[in-house]
Amino acid sequence: MLMRINNAWIVISIGCLIPLFWLLLDIVSDNLGSNPIQAIHIRLGDWSLRFLCLTLAVTPIQTMTKWKGMSDYRQMLGLYAFFYATLHLLGYLFIDHAGVWQVIGIDIFESPYIWFGVVSYTIVFLLAITSPKYAKKQLGKNWKKLHRFIYYSAVAAVIHYLWQLKGNLFQPLFYLTIIIFLLGFRVLVWLKNRQLSKLMVPKGRLVTLDDND
Amino acid sequence: MIIKTNKTIPASEITDPLIFSQRRKIIKALLAGTLLPSAIGNVSGKTNKSKWPDIIKNENSIDSEILTPVNLVKNYTNYYEFSFNKEDSTELAQNLKTDNWTIEMAGEIEKPGHYQLEDILKQQQLQEFVYRFRCVEAWSMVIPWVGFPLADLIKTLKPLSTAKFVKFTSIYQPDIMPKQRINAMLEWPYTEALRIDEAVHPLTVMAVGMYGDVLPKQNGAALRLVVPWKYGFKSIKAVVKIEFLKKAPLTTWHAYAPMEYGFYANVNPAVPHPRWSQFSERQLASGYFTPRRQTELFNGYAEHVASLYSNMDLQHFY
Repeated sequence: MLMRINNAWIVISIGCLIPLFWLLLDIVSDNLGSNPIQAIHIRLGDWSLRFLCLTLAVTPIQTMTKWKGMSDYRQMLGLYAFFYATLHLLGYLFIDHAGVWQVIGIDIFESPYIWFGVVSYTIVFLLAITSPKYAKKQLGKNWKKLHRFIYYSAVAAVIHYLWQLKGNLFQPLFYLTIIIFLLGFRVLVWLKNRQLSKLMVPKGRLVTLDDND
Repeated sequence: MIIKTNKTIPASEITDPLIFSQRRKIIKALLAGTLLPSAIGNVSGKTNKSKWPDIIKNENSIDSEILTPVNLVKNYTNYYEFSFNKEDSTELAQNLKTDNWTIEMAGEIEKPGHYQLEDILKQQQLQEFVYRFRCVEAWSMVIPWVGFPLADLIKTLKPLSTAKFVKFTSIYQPDIMPKQRINAMLEWPYTEALRIDEAVHPLTVMAVGMYGDVLPKQNGAALRLVVPWKYGFKSIKAVVKIEFLKKAPLTTWHAYAPMEYGFYANVNPAVPHPRWSQFSERQLASGYFTPRRQTELFNGYAEHVASLYSNMDLQHFY
């Protein structure tokens, strides 16, 4: 399906920028508390994880509601997850560490929770650069295999979040629950399809997971 | 003459915390437009010495560094009895009752008993101690505490030779402290401890104030410990009991995660926390795009305290 640039597309793409404008407003009005650098960092990390969850939710919602329109926006949501994750990374490197590479190197080496952030970002980065139609054509069947790695990215992002906290794990566990739910949905659909194809029921309607784009 | 009245405030008059915080946000937003230049960057915290006008500065104070602005220190406290969120603790801690503060002294001393804080303070010469404060979460502040050396208090209690460790216990008020009420996360009440030689070290302070004023409730009123060469969690707040023991007690964070929080908890950039680096720290009030401070061994107090640990493997006794 071709990406149509219509009113909904414009509204959603601007809507996805609201968290960024909100953050900028908080920065200029000094509304980020005693440790604004950390607050920026957490805010950007939160939003990249939220967009990752939204991207993953597209297919399940579509399957449940039979509303096909949503998949038009999956690519955009995924790219916004990449966008906020990139800002999160740049914030770490330049706002917090001011580009002092020696300290950054030690920090990453000594902080296992950051390793999971690196894994998560690397996956999202690969998915973002293979997002254009041209790359999709080039990759053929491998494209879909590659893009299923988004689940690994989401799980790594939650571990990255969870593993740095001292004990109050409510928020990361909230995201983990959502991701497990979304992944569980896919597994259920897969199992159902397998069952249907085994039974070879003539009237059995295949619940489709195929991308419509 | 001061007439103290004990007015109780009906529940209907107490502002809902949510509304309170919204109001604060609105006020902040309104003020931000006019006060912005002074609110950002390295504005040194001005010491308002209204409470103790003639206080002397302790010789171990640092003066090379600027103080962290007081409003940042007041709104960034790990006070898990109230909330896991630093800003929320500021508001919730205001419910704490800090009048007529009593401290129980017990264990291996000649003079055990319950002591009024007021009476203790009559015997002590208050001083200002400008110390670095380094949290295990890798952020740091510079705070001017008002207090007295713990050693001076210990002297008056006449410890026995069997007193090898000093254990501190925080206040237990589950009706006021939500996380104590639901038994969340840690074993309550919060406890910490020092070896006796650490406790009587001249850098170790019992604080009753900061920035020339009485200690705010969220910062550990009425009485807190300050041990500047150790991670912040050792500097226990709202102390109500001091015990002198023969053996090292099990302390709160060490009991919760022994691999992560050792008994000593000396600031050491060479010993990372199992999950994150301790090599550098974010100094509060430093601007955006400012490099992190490289953490120093014993938080920069090595010349004072390194001899306490001369025969110890600091990697093992973290």
